[in-house]
Amino acid sequence: MATNVVERNLAGVEDPFAGVDFSHLERSLRRPRTLIDALLNLATAALTMLALVPLFSVVVMLLWRGGKRLSIAALTSLPPGPLEAGGGFGNAIVGTTVMVAVAILFSVPFGILTAVYLAQSNNKVAEVVRFCAKLLTGFPSILAGVFAYGAVVLATGGFSSLAGAVALSVLMLPTVILTSEDAIRMVPSRMKEAAIGMGATTAQTVWMVLLPTAIPGILTGVMLAVARAAGETAPLIFTALFSNYWLWQHGQMKLMQPTASLAVLIYNFAGMPFKNQVELAWAAALVLVLMVLCANLAGQALSARQVQR
Amino acid sequence: MSTAMPPLRPANGHAATLPAEKRDDIVVDCHIRELYYGSFKAVRDTEIPIRKNSITAFIGPSGCGKSTVLRCLNRMNDLVRGFRFEGHVRYRGRDIYAHGIDPVAVRRFIGMVFQQPNPFATSIFNNVAFGLRLNGFKGDRADKVEKALRAAALWDEVKDKLNKSGLSLSGGQQQRLCIARAIATEPEVLLMDEPCSALDPIATRRIEELMTELSQKFTIAIVTHNLQQAQRVADYTGFLYVDTTQGGRTGYLVEFNHSKHLFEDPQHPHTQQYIRGEFS
Amino acid sequence: MSSAAPVAEFPTSSPLFDARAGEVTQAPSRGQRIFDAVFRKTCHTFAWLTILLVGFIVARITAAAIPAIHTLGLGFVTGRVWDANAGTYGILAQIWGTIYTSVLALMLGSIFGVAAAIFLSEGFLSAAVFGALKKFNLHLKPVTLRLPDQLERLLKELIELLAAIPSVVYGLWGIFVVIPLIRPWCNWLHAQMGWVPFFSTDLSGPGVLPAVLVLAIMILPTVTAISRDALVSVPPKIRMAAYGLGATRWESLFAVILPAASRGIFGGIVLAFGRALGETMALAMLVGNSNQIKLSLFSPANTLAALLANNFPEAGPKEVGILMYAALVLLAITLVVNVAGAFILHRAALMQSE
Ligand SMILES: Nc1ncnc2c1ncn2[C@@H]1O[C@H](COP(=O)(O)OP(=O)(O)OP(=O)(O)O)[C@@H](O)[C@H]1O
Ligand SMILES: [Mg+2]
Repeated sequence: MATNVVERNLAGVEDPFAGVDFSHLERSLRRPRTLIDALLNLATAALTMLALVPLFSVVVMLLWRGGKRLSIAALTSLPPGPLEAGGGFGNAIVGTTVMVAVAILFSVPFGILTAVYLAQSNNKVAEVVRFCAKLLTGFPSILAGVFAYGAVVLATGGFSSLAGAVALSVLMLPTVILTSEDAIRMVPSRMKEAAIGMGATTAQTVWMVLLPTAIPGILTGVMLAVARAAGETAPLIFTALFSNYWLWQHGQMKLMQPTASLAVLIYNFAGMPFKNQVELAWAAALVLVLMVLCANLAGQALSARQVQR
Repeated sequence: MSTAMPPLRPANGHAATLPAEKRDDIVVDCHIRELYYGSFKAVRDTEIPIRKNSITAFIGPSGCGKSTVLRCLNRMNDLVRGFRFEGHVRYRGRDIYAHGIDPVAVRRFIGMVFQQPNPFATSIFNNVAFGLRLNGFKGDRADKVEKALRAAALWDEVKDKLNKSGLSLSGGQQQRLCIARAIATEPEVLLMDEPCSALDPIATRRIEELMTELSQKFTIAIVTHNLQQAQRVADYTGFLYVDTTQGGRTGYLVEFNHSKHLFEDPQHPHTQQYIRGEFS
Repeated sequence: MSSAAPVAEFPTSSPLFDARAGEVTQAPSRGQRIFDAVFRKTCHTFAWLTILLVGFIVARITAAAIPAIHTLGLGFVTGRVWDANAGTYGILAQIWGTIYTSVLALMLGSIFGVAAAIFLSEGFLSAAVFGALKKFNLHLKPVTLRLPDQLERLLKELIELLAAIPSVVYGLWGIFVVIPLIRPWCNWLHAQMGWVPFFSTDLSGPGVLPAVLVLAIMILPTVTAISRDALVSVPPKIRMAAYGLGATRWESLFAVILPAASRGIFGGIVLAFGRALGETMALAMLVGNSNQIKLSLFSPANTLAALLANNFPEAGPKEVGILMYAALVLLAITLVVNVAGAFILHRAALMQSE
């Protein structure tokens, strides 16, 4: 269309481009370069979409097979024995929640205090700490379990939710440290200068300016760590083990007893030859994924609230 | 160094100080012999007396160390790695760089307003009340906050939205908020580093009026690039210049005098050229 | 003159600054000073505790493994048989399984992961959507104005979501979806081309291939995230230079952008390798837990992490030591890979900033 206009306007005027062959400026798939380009575009698009197929498959299967079995009863009753009908994973939900909560108690203060130090210093110690935290992020989760087994299970003489929580907190710690440090460093240095210029001590600067300003970012990191910890199985198999009973018995919290968790329940039930258990495993998987997603979404919502630089 | 004395240097090292005049109202007595950032010598031979209830302005070309000198006065430079300082800064006769002096305490008494407005990401009220909390003030905070905001000529604009974020204000309002924050605790000395450089002429005028008012109660030292501003508000003005003769870029004080004298009858050729705008 | 006597008007005999404590202004109170000192010390201590924690983890595992190291020696690492009844312990098969599955998963995951990273970083999707909208003249409507960007962000978040799904759920999905799905195809391949070493056995249930597929999915988000960062941080001027010379999008990608980002991408792949080596649950559920060294993709195998997961819960005191030895080997392998990955990324970041 555009070319028509041009031609009309140029009517009567000598065409300055006469003799120039414009055809090689047009985009044509017949040219090998263009063709290869288009093919590669298609290929990456296809690969990316293909990478998402498993995600959809997992989600669909969870909703279909897990949703079928999900009920109030499943959420509130104890795991069934072999060949027993009904049952649920109420104690596993409690166990996962309690262990993650205890792990938060261990790792969050630890992580934030470390992050405060890291954000303030650029010395060798800080560098080594940062390196250690990075190493811990790549640390196989099962080794956290091995560590908790050696440090807690062997020392206290039995499997316990405490051991599980220790293992989980080792896994949460690096995420909390690194994201909190980032969040604190993101606080504009002008604000820090303002506080120091008014005669704030370091502690006052941290408590009254840095942490309040950085708190959305820090919480984002905590939520990410929670999401990761809640789904971890390997470190729990031989620290918290499993239990068919409630964590809360006779009015007491049995923190030093073996404890059920959603992840270990899924692992155990997935390998069982009983239909009821397999169905429960899917339902528990749905609940677990929902919990993890909630933690993730909460983290993202918080990070959206972070102040701009 | 004293053997190869560069020609730019004042004859006896402190010729730049005021001629015989009573020295008993000097609140901050700044004498920088040498000041280093790492191995870089940033400032030398700068002696400035800052007098009670007066406004003292520092002028000079960019990079001559005005901010550095100002930040010396409440030990903000301590935050810079490799900062070294020779000389003394006396506040009420006490050397604030002496051994055993807590820089945090110094900064409570000698407040600072920065070039860029830097309110905290909390409400307007909390911004102003920050210093009160810092000092563990037990009395009526709301009253102090209101007084400070009034003194900073901001009260009427924000009295209905004290719970709004300090960051939601305009640049000029933010700067006045920062001034309110700084004066809420009633420090004796207020250091201002180009407080108007981010502001439009109208906001600048308001802040200038504000400074004149505040000088009744506070002692103010201000860095400015705006010669008219120094002329308008400052009682005393110091002119700093860069000495490149020794290979480095070391700032030093060329001339210090009553603003009236310094602008109308500058003694040193460099000052004359600078004031007439002959430096690029 | 500079050392002139203190001015009479201001008494200096009292402690510093008490002279003029205004109505508000105070020197920091004793409480504030103490809190400040304690707080700083606490932060410093916790920073040191992080270092100590890592040291303690390594030391704890090593200490627990020392008896087994003494009795079994290096033969543990080279032995192929793990038979608790006979008292012979060797983990060569598990090491082989760990590395074999990880390498295969890495190849698969990297191809998809890097492709997704390119797709996400070069704005293909938003360009395509914009083009499509433009065809229908909808591209400037308020509703659709931001659609291209939103879709692209959605895609990025979906890929990140892959990482959010717990590995045990992948394991469950692998058992009940992947294995039944690929089994007929695998067995057909075995029947047709059984002479190829990779297809030399049939898939009777769990095996290397399902484990590799699931593992690849699990490491893909890591590869994508790091590669995307590397691609995005290639300076635009390099890109512009290539386009300015008349290169097509892919010519400039291959000629300048990918090479510039290659270190970052490689570092990401190495880190993903570390993840794959340490991944436990999906493998424990899908790999078959059988100690053998075979090339076949369809035969069951075992990995170090799965060995630990399966044997720790019922281990007696003697076995615990032996398992700790295995854990130490796993720790050593992942440590080397992770340090290498971190180092490469560190270097890549340095190169970028220069
Ligand atoms: N934190 C620092 N580290 C090292 N050098 C510094 C630092 N701050 C300032 N300098 C150097 O000290 C010299 C004086 O800087 P200063 O900021 O005091 O100049 P200024 O007179 O305030 O300039 P301007 O008018 O541009 O603000 C400059 O050469 C600068 O490069
Ligand atoms: Mg300056």
